Amino acid sequence: MSRDHILHRVRTSIGRSAGQEPAPPPPVRLRIPKVPPDLRVTTFIMRLEALAGNAQRVPTQAAARDLVASAIAGKTAVASNSPYLAECGIDTLPGVRSGIRDVNELRDACEKADVGITSADYALGDTGTLVMIASPAEARLVSLLPPVHIAVVPCGRVLTGLDELFTILPLPAEQTSSMVLITGPSRTADIEQILVRGVHGPGRISVLLVE
Amino acid sequence: MSVEFDHKIHDTLADANLQLAIYTATGRLKQKRIEAVADEILPDYQELRTHANAIKRHTIENLDHYLEEFERNVTAHGGKVVYCKDGTEVADFVLGLAKERDARLIVKSKSMTTEEVDLNERLEHHGLESVETDLGEYILQLAHERPYHIVAPALHKTRYDVAEIFTKRLNVPNEVVIEKQTAIARAVLREKFLAADIGISGANFLVADSGAVVIIENEGNARLTTSAPKVHIAVAGIEKVIPRAQDVATFLKLLARSATGQLLSVYSSFLSGPRRPGEVDGPEEFYVVLVDNGRTKLLPDRGKRQSLYCIRCGACLNTCPVYRKIGGHSFPWVYSGPIGAIITPQFMGISHEPGLPFASSLCGACGEVCPVKIDIPRVLLDLRSDVKKAETREKQNRIEKLAFRIFAWLMTHPRVYEMAGKMAGSLAPAEDGGWIRAIPPPMNIGPAQAWLSQRDLPPAPSMSFREMWRKRGGR
Repeated sequence: MSRDHILHRVRTSIGRSAGQEPAPPPPVRLRIPKVPPDLRVTTFIMRLEALAGNAQRVPTQAAARDLVASAIAGKTAVASNSPYLAECGIDTLPGVRSGIRDVNELRDACEKADVGITSADYALGDTGTLVMIASPAEARLVSLLPPVHIAVVPCGRVLTGLDELFTILPLPAEQTSSMVLITGPSRTADIEQILVRGVHGPGRISVLLVE
Repeated sequence: MSVEFDHKIHDTLADANLQLAIYTATGRLKQKRIEAVADEILPDYQELRTHANAIKRHTIENLDHYLEEFERNVTAHGGKVVYCKDGTEVADFVLGLAKERDARLIVKSKSMTTEEVDLNERLEHHGLESVETDLGEYILQLAHERPYHIVAPALHKTRYDVAEIFTKRLNVPNEVVIEKQTAIARAVLREKFLAADIGISGANFLVADSGAVVIIENEGNARLTTSAPKVHIAVAGIEKVIPRAQDVATFLKLLARSATGQLLSVYSSFLSGPRRPGEVDGPEEFYVVLVDNGRTKLLPDRGKRQSLYCIRCGACLNTCPVYRKIGGHSFPWVYSGPIGAIITPQFMGISHEPGLPFASSLCGACGEVCPVKIDIPRVLLDLRSDVKKAETREKQNRIEKLAFRIFAWLMTHPRVYEMAGKMAGSLAPAEDGGWIRAIPPPMNIGPAQAWLSQRDLPPAPSMSFREMWRKRGGR
């Protein structure tokens, strides 16, 4: 079998024997800057807008719900099973399908929907990134198949950046099969280096940061 | 360079449009990288490079350990690891699985490793449809070409080329607006994603302590490839492994900046195993195919093995004055530019394209921009020295071969052999008991001289065996 053949070749080439403990790896390098929560949110908004995403701070959950309601008026939307969306009353807005637990049903709904609505487990201030952890509450396809993605996220979930994320989650695989960092709308520049948004994923992304 | 590539280089240099396309695209990417690693926004850039280099070095020096750890953790999360020594084994594995699952349609996201082993061609040869879904790769698949650049594969195609390719291959009306061309591809490929039985991706990193593959992209096609079909197969070189999830932070900060000048690419997926109980979607089966395909050949050399640190960002291509003139297709294999010039000869064997390590001005720009600090100019020099050594060996082999041919002729011509023996016998000096201690001029040169400098030949017998044989009646 190639497994043993390849591992044997690797070992003889680097001069190790099977089961030999490695030298200690270089120390982990994670530096969390001191950034006040308010500035993290401001930076998040600036970064995401620089990527042609929309981001805004909203004072209350009710305000978030109203903004989502007007954004999806006359359109069809799928909401994830996130408890936070339910808390905001977004899952019951007219035109919104939610509570889907069957994969085929979800796929079909997301493929037809104009808008996908999710929350996010975290956001990263210094890059304008959403951190989506797949779970019963958040499916992968809601932020992927519809042409528009709206995320409603409490301000308290905005971290400084990657180093803080991996400090909080040293082993993401222990809790999910899929953690995806989303930084702006789907894009390509494969033809003549011309930027086009929305090639396979959503071409528009809006993030509401709730105080 | 061989004749074939010599021609490609000249064709590229003579094509003014192509020259402009390469120069503009690489120039833009080069500039964006410079802005993204500037001191004001990434003050610890140099420290990050040093750290990334240290991690890669440590991992490669203990590669078997981290591969086994990775394998254990993939298995623990319900996935399966398959080791393949070459392209045939990769194709056999995918074909076997496709047959078991009764699969017909495969969607693929960008993977240089599958390009290396011509996976699409091999699968299509067996009647499977395998569709590239990265826009650039899709265009090239329709045009039957290989990538021109590691991160911008269709860099050499204009919108008019794309219009022609789409019209011919997709039966759509001629369309030269890039946004609309993108929409056409989106619509065609969306159907494929939703119908596909298997998704094949590459991997930017394999995380040992998590059993996870990390995939970085901008379009969303890799997310679709790894989320929509029931089976996800990630194909990656064995050198892609890194020890810890926490190391991913370091590499994410460097990769997108070096590749396209983004702070982060749009999607960074961290995937470990199939969908778990309770999760609403995701693949039911998860495989990681670990490919050797020549990589273990690089490991014994402590200097040159740093070529395996590469994270495929393409920064060295964009900054290379040679790549920027001769383009990607002038290089003999899927990897072009400075990184191609060092890994191609090592993966394929130095004789495959011995001119390659010389296709560089050794200006050092590639080494300066490399986010994992591969000393590319140093490796180029080492390879040049290898090429020269191989040439010398080849020359020596030729002399040796000639000597053996003469010997064989002598042995098959008894009369000449006998005469030569007599001649050799006549060389023996009368004094000194007939011992030969040196060869008289003009034959005292080369190997004979060297051999006799340490040895003496005993005196030749007065009668040779053949003479004795004849005297006894020749029976």
